[in-house]
Amino acid sequence: MSAVPETLKFANEHGLHADDHGGGHHDEHQDTGGNTLFGFWLYLMTDCILFASVFATYAVLYMNTDGGVSGKDIFDLNFVLVETAALLVSSITYGFAFLYAHKQQKAGTLLWLLVTMALGCVFIAMEVYEFHHLIVEGHNPDGSAFLSSFFALVGMHGLHVTAGLIWMLVMVLEVLKRGLGAQTVTRLGCLSLFWHFLDIVWVCLFTVVYLLGAM
Amino acid sequence: MSLLGNLSLDAIPYHEPIIMVTLAVIGVIGLAVVGLITKYQKWGVLWHNWLTSVDHKRLGIMYIILALIMLIRGFSDAIMMRTQLALATNGAQGYLPPEHYDQIFTAHGIIMIIFMAMPFMIGLMNIVLPLQIGARDVAFPFMNNLSFWLAAAGAVLINISLGLGEFAKTGWLAYPPLSEMSFSPGVGVDYYIWALQISGIGTLLTGVNFLATVFKMRAPGMKLMQMPIFTWACTWANILIVASFPILTAVLGLLTLDRYLDFHFFTNDGGGNAMMYINLFWAWGHPEVYILVLPAFGIFSEVISTFTGKRLFGYTSMVWASGAISILGFVVWLHHFFTMGSSADVNAFFGVMTMIIAIPTGVKLFNWLFTMYRGRLRITVPVLWTLGFMVTFSIGGMTGVLLAVPGADYVLHNSLFLVAHFHNTIIGGAVFGYMAGFAFWFPKATGFHLNERLGKYSFWCWQIGFYVAFMPLYVLGFLGMTRRLNHTNNPDWNIWLYIAAVGALIIFVGIILQFVQLYVSIRDREQNPDVDGDPWNGHTLEWSTASPPQFYNFAVLPKVHDIDAFTDMKEKGIEYQAPDEYMPIHMPRNTAAGMQIAGAAGIVGFALIWHIWWLAIVGTLGMVVALIARCYAKDVDYYVEPQEVAEIERAHLASVATVKEEAL
Repeated sequence: MSAVPETLKFANEHGLHADDHGGGHHDEHQDTGGNTLFGFWLYLMTDCILFASVFATYAVLYMNTDGGVSGKDIFDLNFVLVETAALLVSSITYGFAFLYAHKQQKAGTLLWLLVTMALGCVFIAMEVYEFHHLIVEGHNPDGSAFLSSFFALVGMHGLHVTAGLIWMLVMVLEVLKRGLGAQTVTRLGCLSLFWHFLDIVWVCLFTVVYLLGAM
Repeated sequence: MSLLGNLSLDAIPYHEPIIMVTLAVIGVIGLAVVGLITKYQKWGVLWHNWLTSVDHKRLGIMYIILALIMLIRGFSDAIMMRTQLALATNGAQGYLPPEHYDQIFTAHGIIMIIFMAMPFMIGLMNIVLPLQIGARDVAFPFMNNLSFWLAAAGAVLINISLGLGEFAKTGWLAYPPLSEMSFSPGVGVDYYIWALQISGIGTLLTGVNFLATVFKMRAPGMKLMQMPIFTWACTWANILIVASFPILTAVLGLLTLDRYLDFHFFTNDGGGNAMMYINLFWAWGHPEVYILVLPAFGIFSEVISTFTGKRLFGYTSMVWASGAISILGFVVWLHHFFTMGSSADVNAFFGVMTMIIAIPTGVKLFNWLFTMYRGRLRITVPVLWTLGFMVTFSIGGMTGVLLAVPGADYVLHNSLFLVAHFHNTIIGGAVFGYMAGFAFWFPKATGFHLNERLGKYSFWCWQIGFYVAFMPLYVLGFLGMTRRLNHTNNPDWNIWLYIAAVGALIIFVGIILQFVQLYVSIRDREQNPDVDGDPWNGHTLEWSTASPPQFYNFAVLPKVHDIDAFTDMKEKGIEYQAPDEYMPIHMPRNTAAGMQIAGAAGIVGFALIWHIWWLAIVGTLGMVVALIARCYAKDVDYYVEPQEVAEIERAHLASVATVKEEAL
């Protein structure tokens, strides 16, 4: 996570409007790049509490299988390991993209963003496959409180990753069209925070849901 | 599967004369408003200066207008409940059948908390907070506009439920399993879910926005422990918002999954656990009451110190008392359901924690008393509200400590004693605070004064009406009357129910007087202008601006050396100084994007309530497209030229000079 202080530092040095208005007169109130990153941090903390609430629900309900399957019966750790690897590596590749963005190198940024997106798509595709597989086997979310909370918690993370992928697609187009101006780099910084955050959530999820569940 | 989902003409409650008359009245008033705007050709002004505005001061005024409108709706519910209960004694059925009455008490709770108190509090915070810290706007002006429209979209949904379908009949908490599909198959709970969800996200964004504002945009020199006390109180409230509203988002989301996709979080069958909902709901709900009351405490602090002409006693302890209340507010949620049957240890922990909150609250009360001590208190309308609060809230606080004893709570749980207690704290604390703040900052926001005499009449009606309406409920609680009864058959209760109804009528007179006051004050605005922008000899930076403040707030960002920054400037004789030259001021442009996104969110909510799936998809796409379009909009900001700033400032300084001359 060493990218984070870097990010904040960068944004402080390059206020959003310094670029748009060719410098000139602006006071500290226009350091909106820094404001944006700080505000986004705060948003991520709220997202963290959102996940915490659903985690708590899972923790309370995971034993309520209503006579049906439990985690031990349905989790395939090898499968999830590959999924996890895809997501974790995508955090590293996003880091590469961001390094290139700092260096104002458009091609490198785009390349690594696309690699990150590919890995993200692998993750989502595997998750959809897992869900589909479970439902085909008859383990629907309406089967028990355990299945409900499993699908809700993992699905909520999946929806976040999907949103992140759509955002990344938009950013790819933005970099293509507008290059790497200060505003674009600030936005890439926000997405970077978001993407790493989802990684951390997944580490918790992998541990609490899959590892502890399969044991 | 129809194109309109479950929606059909049967959804309109033709058979309910009360609702149909209400709808007719709303329709007539709506048409009259539209007609007047058209007649005076104000659509352009409304659109450009208000609806699309990103100016925190105008958004604040719009929030308060929303709150006042919803106050009328919420109070109508209240008066219907009180008259129903006064009529439906000795086995009589009254005029409200249970299925309607149940919707009324649910709507009353949600409207008063979410659509009256919250917008009122956020409105005052919007108007005042950026001015108090010497900022030109909030950190994210567009997001501020979006937050307002999300709140408005939620309010629109809850009002649509009046004429289309029904509202929840579950009580304002929507506890499962009652709120599950098996027991509430209608659209009522869905209206509840989506109105709350959409406005809740707006509130969450407000919390993020104002935290970024106070941490990033304070005037040069202003340390955190130099922020005005109202700003501090709001900051604690915003910390509570960002820490607790996501829990509401989550718990509503889980209930949605239960209702729409047959999940089993809170159901009776499938291993669901209804108590999980109740725990999560109150993990939000308890901090929520401090979100409402902490800014009110901040208002009282400002009012008391301003009108005694003294510095606030114990500023630091006040800040930390708010902090202590905020943190303790997260470890008391279980006192809302001691009767769940936790172990004695668990109940004892939450009981003790609850009682401890009385200590920082007591610190605050003594700070206000010591501020008044040897001060010369000017008895104005805001001061009356403050004094009324100090007495009333103390009683509410003490009954709260009583309820915090688990043993006592087993007797009083869900009784009218509880209803009396929380109205005692929310009306006597939060609402009185907002009224004080409304009267205090009204001249700042509008540029003219409120009619003082009508304000005092209104206060006394509220104050007396409150006691007449709610003290009987304490008695009724002791007599064993539980909440949410539709009709009663116990002669011992009758007299207290009659008295309570009279109290509600007295409050009704108070509300009417407030609207009369507003009308008279607007009519006579030319006679009562606030010329120099500092009507009360204020302490903090908002009083250094014109009334209403310049749209850019401060031509030059003030340098702050003291908590009472404006008093400090006055003592040094450096208030109202024109700089040698003005610099261009960077400002955000108005935008309709907030309305578009929130409008689409409202459509999604409506579509989901009625299971109109295609419309939900279209609305969701609309939200995403509008958001992306906003991100790539060009021309979102501009610079105010120094000449324009100089002219506006010259006019302001000239009017200040005339007031000073008159004073001499």
